[in-house]
Amino acid sequence: MGKPPKKKNLADKVRKTKTSTEIKNNPFEVKINRKKFDILGRKSKHDVGLPGVSRSKAINKRKETLLKEYKTKDKANKFIDKRFGEYDTKMDPEEKILQRFSMERQRTQDKKDMYNLNEEEELTHYGQSLSEMEKLNDMVDSDDDADEKGVLSAELTASHFGGGGLLRKKTQGEKDNGGNQRAKSRQELIEELILKSKQEKRERQNQKEESQVLTEKLDQDWKSIQGLLAHKNAPKADRLEEEDKPKLDEYDMMVRELGFEMKAQPSEKMKTPEEVAREERERLQKLEADRLRRMMGDVVEDCTKTQAHMSADDLNDGFILDGDEKPTLAYQDGKWNINKEGAKIEGDEDEGGGEGESGEEESGGEEEEEGSGEDSHSDLDSEQESEGGEEEEEEEGEKDEVPATKSQLSEEERKAQAEAAKGELPYTFKAPESYSDLKGLLQGHPADHQCIILARTQKCNHPSLAVGNKLKLQKLFGFLLEYVGELASRSPPELSTIDKMITQLYGLCQLFPEAASKAMQTTLVDSAHRMEEILEVKGRAAFPQLDMLIYLKITALLFPTSDFRHPVTTPALLYISQALTKCPVMSLEDVTSGLVLCCLAVEYVSFSKRFCPELINFLLGVLHLAVQDKTSTGYSVVPPFRQNGKVSDLLVLSDPESSQTWSKKTLPLSATQTLTLTTDLDTDHYRLSAVATCMDLLKHCSSLYRELTSYSHIFQPITTLLSKHLPIKTYPAALQDLHGEILATISGSLTSRPLLVFQKKKPIPLKLFTPKIVEVLDYGKKRGNTKEEREKERLNHKYKKEFKGALREIRKDTRFLAREKLNEVMGRDAERKRKVKELFGSLATQEGEWKALKRRKNSRH
Amino acid sequence: MAASKRCNVSSENLTVNDVKTPKIDINGKVDLIIQSKKHANDVFDVLEYLQSEKEKNVVCAIDGCTKLFSTLLERGELYVGKLPKEELLIGGDRSADEKYCMFMRHRYNSCLELLLEHISHESYQIKESALCALMQFASMEGKFPLQDLDWSEHYSFPRELIQAVVERLLSQDEDMALLISRFQKYMDMEDVRYYVMSSVRDNVGRVMDKTKGVSPARTGNNVFTLLSNINMPSQESELTNYLVKQEGQPAEHKRTFERLWLGFLKYKLPSNMYKKVLVILHDSILPHISNPTLMIDFLTAAYDVGGAISLLALNGLFVLIHQHNLDYPDFYKKLYSLLEPSVFHVKYRARFFHLANLFLSSTHLPVYLVAAFAKRLSRLALTAPPAVLLMVLPFICNLIRRHPACRVLIHRPKACDDPYLMEEEDPSQCHALESSLWEIQTLQKHYHPDVATAAMVINKPLSQQEDAISELLELSTYELMERDLKHKQSKTVPLEFDPATQLLQGSGGVGVLGLNFSLE
Repeated sequence: MGKPPKKKNLADKVRKTKTSTEIKNNPFEVKINRKKFDILGRKSKHDVGLPGVSRSKAINKRKETLLKEYKTKDKANKFIDKRFGEYDTKMDPEEKILQRFSMERQRTQDKKDMYNLNEEEELTHYGQSLSEMEKLNDMVDSDDDADEKGVLSAELTASHFGGGGLLRKKTQGEKDNGGNQRAKSRQELIEELILKSKQEKRERQNQKEESQVLTEKLDQDWKSIQGLLAHKNAPKADRLEEEDKPKLDEYDMMVRELGFEMKAQPSEKMKTPEEVAREERERLQKLEADRLRRMMGDVVEDCTKTQAHMSADDLNDGFILDGDEKPTLAYQDGKWNINKEGAKIEGDEDEGGGEGESGEEESGGEEEEEGSGEDSHSDLDSEQESEGGEEEEEEEGEKDEVPATKSQLSEEERKAQAEAAKGELPYTFKAPESYSDLKGLLQGHPADHQCIILARTQKCNHPSLAVGNKLKLQKLFGFLLEYVGELASRSPPELSTIDKMITQLYGLCQLFPEAASKAMQTTLVDSAHRMEEILEVKGRAAFPQLDMLIYLKITALLFPTSDFRHPVTTPALLYISQALTKCPVMSLEDVTSGLVLCCLAVEYVSFSKRFCPELINFLLGVLHLAVQDKTSTGYSVVPPFRQNGKVSDLLVLSDPESSQTWSKKTLPLSATQTLTLTTDLDTDHYRLSAVATCMDLLKHCSSLYRELTSYSHIFQPITTLLSKHLPIKTYPAALQDLHGEILATISGSLTSRPLLVFQKKKPIPLKLFTPKIVEVLDYGKKRGNTKEEREKERLNHKYKKEFKGALREIRKDTRFLAREKLNEVMGRDAERKRKVKELFGSLATQEGEWKALKRRKNSRH
Repeated sequence: MAASKRCNVSSENLTVNDVKTPKIDINGKVDLIIQSKKHANDVFDVLEYLQSEKEKNVVCAIDGCTKLFSTLLERGELYVGKLPKEELLIGGDRSADEKYCMFMRHRYNSCLELLLEHISHESYQIKESALCALMQFASMEGKFPLQDLDWSEHYSFPRELIQAVVERLLSQDEDMALLISRFQKYMDMEDVRYYVMSSVRDNVGRVMDKTKGVSPARTGNNVFTLLSNINMPSQESELTNYLVKQEGQPAEHKRTFERLWLGFLKYKLPSNMYKKVLVILHDSILPHISNPTLMIDFLTAAYDVGGAISLLALNGLFVLIHQHNLDYPDFYKKLYSLLEPSVFHVKYRARFFHLANLFLSSTHLPVYLVAAFAKRLSRLALTAPPAVLLMVLPFICNLIRRHPACRVLIHRPKACDDPYLMEEEDPSQCHALESSLWEIQTLQKHYHPDVATAAMVINKPLSQQEDAISELLELSTYELMERDLKHKQSKTVPLEFDPATQLLQGSGGVGVLGLNFSLE
């Protein structure tokens, strides 16, 4: 019987015995964390602590969790107390007992229910207690419709019956709910009740409306079908009936029409033509300024600005505003004024109309069947009517126009033809998934149709219509590019088709600049790579094929060539340079290719007036081909040309007389691939044309590079060649004029040599002694500058804190467990001691008794 | 069905037999001959196979011969010493053994002849087998000499055999490059190399004398391939690898090598051969020559040829100047005259500029010279492609950095005209120092952004640090393009705002292309 088995924890005792206010006022319980500084406006959470309380709380918590776990460690079975509310902490013990009692009673009652005529039993109707129902019915009915039929919602009854009784017995889950609700006050319950009933009412009403609408619709549908049925059965009678039917009241129709009519909305003020022109000019000026800025290359990265071509009103729907092509809808002299370009846009409109029509055809096909000859009576026809009206209007306009000019008449004819052709084409196209798809789509159609197909494909797969469309159209650009390349490499090349496709390419490029530039880059780099490989093997390469030339030209059309650095045009120029320096001229075809490349180079640099040495070198080389005596020249040509060799007489005329019959004409682009010149005269003419082209390009260059400092040195070999070596006397007059012109330009421009000095450096300012004032905008700790850094700092801090906390908790846990274990051991030891003592005690008494007995015996004896 | 199958099988068997028979036959016969002298006459059959039309048979026969005669050589069953004529053999009063040896020796000789002929065979396989067999014989002969070891020689080497092989290899009729590269394996051995070198020298001398100094292209090619395949050991201690065991004299080897090259280069070479020689000269010839200064004549001659050959000769000259104290008069003047517009376009551009950079890296050069180089380079830069410009511009800037007195070229506050004379050959007379580098200013308007940026450098005082040009030397246009694409891409790609409607459209109407070309 030693000491009490367990010393009660002091903190626990305090917490148990005293109220919270008492503890808080006890200075021995309160620990105040001293603050070093008082900071205004800072709320500190931890200035006062109750260590005893929190410790006992922690210990209690551990007892409930950790200790239990420890106790059940290595024990597989689990004891679950299934008595009602055993684990429900929210219930009072008395309540629990009460509930259990009542449930017990009920269980016993139920069994004898049948024969029990006890008056305490309540009468029910539909499972509800009658007496209660009488009380509540009024309230519910008061704001409920008749279709409620007196059925009370479960919650309602539950709240009024105190959450129990007969109804509750079956559902175990709900019982807990009932228990929970018990905690709420009556006031709250009533409010909730009202809210719920209102909500229910609303829902019912909605449902009712919906069903009504559905019914109506069903009725209408039935009517339309009934009409058909009836029509078949008794056509005559029905017809009469129908004729009766449409005679609606005129007033009603008016009202409905007015009701459905769109409300007039405030629109923007119509812009006067001057305003429009001014805006257009401003836009162009801004774009031009942008271009210049990029050309200078000083603000290379300003990509935060939006796409240059987005106007504020742009809906990003692919509609491209081009001012000059926009037909202005206006009347002139009482007639409708249609621009020439209107044709194209009209085509678009027609397509739109066509699509709409086809859609209508599908939906209203039956009706057309029904009443094609009769006057339109269906309400759907009103739209058609308006459409038709428009068309009529258009037609009228066209008719009015017909006598105006003859040229427009031919335009009309063309349009009519196009119209007829379009009739054959389908209106929707699936976006091609591969290049062969596109080829299959376009093959076999004339150029115009191919364009229409492309336009329609583009429209049908507009990015705003579906999610995947953007990707599809981006791919389309690549395929189209490939197709253009194939067209160009056919023999003969179908350049006019390509010409028509430029608009499509431009449109797609405007929609997806990134994809377009990527596709273009890939094409260029692949070709350059191929050329490089050939160069490494053979040391020289053939001139690029026509498709590459076309690609280069398209690049110039789609992207600005004047930028200081541009992801597409800079590689393109490098490609031209590579071709001009590495491909030796072996034939007249090569001369033509080279001249095309020179033209492209001139076009590329024409705006920015950048210097391209390869261009001048090549032109010099081409002219050198036309020089007869190649021995003592005052200039030297640069590779790929040679001073003299077996192909260095390509452009020398075989017969000087042939220049008499020569007339200037443009060279065909297909001549870069195959050139069929049968007679010597043809060849000579071709040579003269090439020389003329070369001279024309030289003229361009000579005026282009006028401002360069080394102008005279750049053109010095060309001047020598032109003035001394070229057999200009044998050339036709036109060429002689050109020749004179170039020489005049070159000699006329006296380049002034500016001083070559370093730029003046900005003087380094003296050190100033006024303090530098930095405005502090946000107070408080500031670690790290960027958002990410701060976030990282914060997370690190949090992690550290959590880690420390976890460590502390774990330590406390182990300490707790150790203590428990010690307690256990101590308890066991004490128990054993006690038992041993007991045994000894009993033995001692036994012994004592025995001795006493013995003694007694002895004494007896 | 079964019958036809059997038929097929049997026909297959037949063909297999056909193919296999010669091989088995040859092997069997060779074994027989080796086993006993009775079957000596079978050697004729084997030699007959050697002349067969079928490639396989020939190869088998070559193998067989190799085996047979190697064994015989080892046994000493071939007659040693001067061989009497075959006709005399019959009547002679010699012992049977002796007769047998003589007979076999005769067969051996005819076998060698056949093999030598096979070196010029069309089939490469036969060529190769023949060559290998011959070299095998050579090594066996080295071990078991067929000549009488007389007082004069400590060791014997089958010199005649090697000479014959070399003669075949330097054929005048066909290109032996493949076979020569196979032969290279044998030339790794010191003695083979030595004797090959000496026999090549004899051969070249003979051929050139015959053709009066003009080497036929084929022979020239073959000789060059053979020569360039000679790998001289870099250190003398390496002389360990021999076909026939013997002592070597590295100095002798070097001398032979030198005499060989000098002998070859003495003759007039076609220009592509010239280039090939010059390309490997500094690397694999000059270091192995005992007296490299002997090459001066050849190099100066090459340097005076002009064009690409001069550029290439520069490398060898550099080695001589650098390591052998060659004093070349007017070297810089010559270098200056090498600067032609084509220098930016030739294949050996990187090598030339590497050397030029070395030559001009001396800070002891006179200012006028450096200025002349800078001015001439910048003038030539007006015709250069962008990849070269990216190298040349830093090159010029480096020149000015090294010689601060040249700073006037890019910073001259006084106004002046351009007094520079492009045609002047002498750098001291060209007035470059009184001029300015306006050309670089022109290049600031170059179409390529990197070039323009590089040219912008002269607007500010140059930094002290020299630009590294070594990795720019081999830059090609394609690499430049790739570099552009790797360049950080901006988010948005600027687009042309003029809507394009036609292919030939230019800025503001019809473009230059449209003016000159039509869509046909």
